[in-house]
Amino acid sequence: MSEKSEQRLSVFKTYKLYVGGKFPRSESGRVYEVTDSKGKWLANAPLSSRKDARDAVVAARKAFGGWAGATAYNRGQILYRVAEMLEGRKGQFVHEVAHAEGLSKNKAAEVVEATIDRWVWYAGWTDKIAQVVGGANPVAGPFFNLSTPEPTGVVAVIAPQESSFLGLVSVIAPVIATGSTAVVVASEKAPLPALSLGEVLATSDLPGGVVNILSGKAAEMGPHLAAHQDVNAIDLTGADAALARELEIAAADNLKRVLRPRAEDFTASPGTDRMTAFLETKTVWHPTGSLGASGSSY
Amino acid sequence: MPTTAPAANAFADVTASDSALRRFLHGLPGVDAVGLEARAASLGTRSIKTSAKAYAIDLAISMIDLTTLEGADTPGKVRALAAKAVHPDPTDRTTPTTAAVCVYPDMVATAKAALAGSGVKVASVATAFPAGRAALPVKLADTADAIAAGADEIDMVIDRGAFLAGRYLEVYEQIAAIKAECGDRARLKVIFETGELSTYDNIRRASWLGMMAGADFIKTSTGKVAVNATPANTLLMLEAVRDFRDRTGVQIGVKPAGGIRNTKEAIKFLVLVNETVGEDWLDNHWFRFGASSLLNDLLMQRQKLATGRYSGPDYVTVD
Repeated sequence: MSEKSEQRLSVFKTYKLYVGGKFPRSESGRVYEVTDSKGKWLANAPLSSRKDARDAVVAARKAFGGWAGATAYNRGQILYRVAEMLEGRKGQFVHEVAHAEGLSKNKAAEVVEATIDRWVWYAGWTDKIAQVVGGANPVAGPFFNLSTPEPTGVVAVIAPQESSFLGLVSVIAPVIATGSTAVVVASEKAPLPALSLGEVLATSDLPGGVVNILSGKAAEMGPHLAAHQDVNAIDLTGADAALARELEIAAADNLKRVLRPRAEDFTASPGTDRMTAFLETKTVWHPTGSLGASGSSY
Repeated sequence: MPTTAPAANAFADVTASDSALRRFLHGLPGVDAVGLEARAASLGTRSIKTSAKAYAIDLAISMIDLTTLEGADTPGKVRALAAKAVHPDPTDRTTPTTAAVCVYPDMVATAKAALAGSGVKVASVATAFPAGRAALPVKLADTADAIAAGADEIDMVIDRGAFLAGRYLEVYEQIAAIKAECGDRARLKVIFETGELSTYDNIRRASWLGMMAGADFIKTSTGKVAVNATPANTLLMLEAVRDFRDRTGVQIGVKPAGGIRNTKEAIKFLVLVNETVGEDWLDNHWFRFGASSLLNDLLMQRQKLATGRYSGPDYVTVD
């Protein structure tokens, strides 16, 4: 090109779902308009259907064995890698969070930094949580008796509606840090940071299917996820009171673990509650043989 | 049940010599590969919902040859598979039984005993499955052995080496010999291993060769190679059985095998059957699925239709 054009055509981003390590559009072909806090159009996001939720559960189930079986150390490395990738794309997230939540650039930058720190915090917990909530139990018999926390399986997560990025990461990271896999329904009115997070996860050594991100209506997908027989737990953080009640009733059918919504300040230090909510304790009795006068029969 | 005797007579001159047979097979119209694949793909876009889907799922379950063909098969595994064939979903007794259980010849007696009185048939692979690389007497002995143990159906493999080398009469005579061994004691399914035949033209030739030689069923593949049943090669074989019935009045069954893993794919195959050969073939006497993992997906879909909730692998058997 000999002449340099004055104006460049805008290149708009097509936001897509993140399911099974791939970026599909919604199976239904639907999208909805996402606006900023002042009502200005930002982008179209996929309006996921129950079938997208079903596909995401299949992907999460498929990924579960490998992720739960990975060493805690390895999971920590990968989670830390996610934080590294986020750091590199900080500018994009500051932009998206500022628009989504109506924050100033500086405020949004603080939120994004807090979010990256949250990943790092959970990355450190992967190989420490077992020491905190597991242990060697003293028993009256010739046994080693050990309790270890085990991941529960596929966890459906209704992400917080207001805190589109810090809140989102605060509910995803504890689920995957302990070895479960997640199907996440992003904030309905501010899904863009969540959909961009999918792009970060895809480039972070995180196996496909460990985190699956859907945008759309929690009220549409929630009941199908809550009733799904192959989902082991559901986090209702982003559901309003009426929806949470409906989903908890549906979830009772196959005895899902349910984390009820509660007033939460995502900027505060999170503690281990969210990690332990999706852990099950496994206890093994290992015979040591009878102990003779000399101490051991070995 | 129509017999194959008239067909053999109708083609007596064609099968008289190797050169006549070659002339006939190479004189079959060539396959339009692009058109075939496009037609198979377009029929796959039909939307089958609600009551039609429920019907299709039950039909597909009733058409399954529940298969285990592993070196590690044990009598226990075969008995478990037989129990599943009789009651695919123990929590819902309205679920139809599968058509047959498909095993290696040495497991036929075990399967037969486990299925006694259930109406589920025992199919056995034979003739040095899956490669088919053995002398004819060995293949005949293999077949006789399976029939003696009680097999209702024999799944034989053709000698792909001879077919690809152009020795059509040899392949024809082998199929005819196995058919004579089966007699009216067992129905004969002839496996072409379409993934090894390279071209659609070859699949069409093999189909006619098998049908002329007395196959009761033509079957796509063993499930042991990379490319197994596809909608396109199954469509081609369905067209062959349709044309064969038009010409001879003899109806032949079709069995796609291998690679059909979920309900959606199975329903696509049923659409192909309905649109190509019609309702006459929508019965497990004339159409089968060679599959194992397909059944679990069909059962999960069946449970979803019954309860409205998505089911999961925890609610079907592990096999």
